[in-house]
Amino acid sequence: MDGQQKDDAPVLNKAVPVRHPGRWISAFIILALVALFLQSLFTNPNFRWDVVGTYILDVKVVQGVGWTLLLTVTSMVLAIVLAILLAFMRQSDNPVFRWSSWVWVWFFRGTPVYTQLVLWGLISVLYPKISAGVPFGPELFSLDTAAVINATVAAILGLGLNESAYLAEIFRAGLKSVDRGQMEAAEALGMGKTKIMWRIILPQAMRVIVPPTGNETIGMLKTTSLVLAVPFTLDLTFATNALANRTYLPVPLLIVAAIWYLVITSILMVGQHYIEAYYGKGVDNLAPAAGKPIAGSARVALSQDGGGRSMKTDFPEESAR
Amino acid sequence: MTVTAEKPLVKIEGLHKYYGHHHVLRGIDMTVKQGEVSVVIGPSGSGKSTMLRCVNLLETISAGRISVGGQLIGYREINGRLHDLKTKEIAAQRREIGMVFQRFNLFPHKTALQNVMEAPVQVKGQSKAEAKKRALELLDRVGLGDRSGHYPSQLSGGQQQRVAIARALAMEPELMLFDEPTSALDPELVGDVLNVMKDLAKSGMTMIVVTHEIGFAREVGDTLTFMDGGVVVESGDPREIIANPQHARTKEFLGRVL
Repeated sequence: MDGQQKDDAPVLNKAVPVRHPGRWISAFIILALVALFLQSLFTNPNFRWDVVGTYILDVKVVQGVGWTLLLTVTSMVLAIVLAILLAFMRQSDNPVFRWSSWVWVWFFRGTPVYTQLVLWGLISVLYPKISAGVPFGPELFSLDTAAVINATVAAILGLGLNESAYLAEIFRAGLKSVDRGQMEAAEALGMGKTKIMWRIILPQAMRVIVPPTGNETIGMLKTTSLVLAVPFTLDLTFATNALANRTYLPVPLLIVAAIWYLVITSILMVGQHYIEAYYGKGVDNLAPAAGKPIAGSARVALSQDGGGRSMKTDFPEESAR
Repeated sequence: MTVTAEKPLVKIEGLHKYYGHHHVLRGIDMTVKQGEVSVVIGPSGSGKSTMLRCVNLLETISAGRISVGGQLIGYREINGRLHDLKTKEIAAQRREIGMVFQRFNLFPHKTALQNVMEAPVQVKGQSKAEAKKRALELLDRVGLGDRSGHYPSQLSGGQQQRVAIARALAMEPELMLFDEPTSALDPELVGDVLNVMKDLAKSGMTMIVVTHEIGFAREVGDTLTFMDGGVVVESGDPREIIANPQHARTKEFLGRVL
């Protein structure tokens, strides 16, 4: 067979391709609109690019970027830790855990994050002292609430606890997406519940969990602009707003904020790409294995063609089709 | 064919299983001696897989008793009363029983080698180096020494099933359960898996094999059990039963699969 193919190679078909006039028309319209928009960016003096240039690296703005990043990262870390705990509790045999987890999600998902942030800001009014002790009995220690929960802590708690409810549902969906056979195989090997969860189920669930969690992180980046409800006044949106109010130039400072949010979002997307590649190993990403695949499914074949996978990995199933 | 000691390793007595009101197993009695290969056949829905899954408690036991190596599975008997074992104690019992599934259930995020090493390292506390050495030996034994770095998705069904057998053997179980191990395979891949199972049987492993492979039952089986409607219809020497079934239902079933 092989020899024959080498001897007289087939004449490849050279068919006339189908014409796509629609593509040309749409390209023309869209390019024209983009050109008009770009032209306006350069010619419309109201954009005040000089002001954007002045403030883009302003100390207050860069500090605002730092605070926004800090709030995003810390509240997401808090939310992820709580969400794993809540998702595990939801799957537990212990009905008390299942119900507590359900009630937590119900409450924190059911009230606006803005309201929660205001409440955390007022927590020292609600509970002036934090104390531990036996209920109705002696007090062991007591702290001033205002000293422990300052604006930063209140903002992180408000954002993190609210987010944990959403993430808990994402984690729960992820854990449920793992085939039952995986649990059975691990049980049959004599592995304990905790080891099965951490080593077998969660790593596989992460494939499903990471894309929506990336979405939530980017969402959180912008939700941090609500922390003025606490009130917390150092984040990017507050900083640029304050400058805009001082200079009476809202548009260029909105552009400054938008540019920074876009930059951070882009960096987060790069990070997400690598996290997805890590948890896709064995399924989407077969890099560490040696040799050629034996059973080449469509998805395997797709991921084999090297670095072709772009940032568009939010829905691995879709892109594989 | 195989020399079998007279000691019973597995004893199933009066096993019943209900799913709600659905009575799936209606009183199964079965004994498997040390070193014996016990093949279970029967139409789908006859309860043969459920029976197998009860042996390592993937299904709870509704009534009856199962003991492996003289140890009651899933319970502790104190003054004639059964007490449920704790999850940890059940896990300890499962370590002695290897299981191979119809759909392989390899861990897709781990390579063949990592699949085989997982339980010895995580459950038995073996050192990684020791577990790796042993895992490579086992992969060699199932004919996949050159595939250790492959992920399950890069292996054919037959290769995946052989990795799954190696993974179960890595825990050095005293009993191996096979739940229709070749039913999900393309016909040309069945042979490799059956050959690995034959070698395992020759090495003296006690095995309960639920299968549709009558040829395997005839060649390797020490006993054959035919189940239908949640009961054991007939059991005995495989060659005798296959050549000369005593019950009408056995006759009918064998007529359809042979």
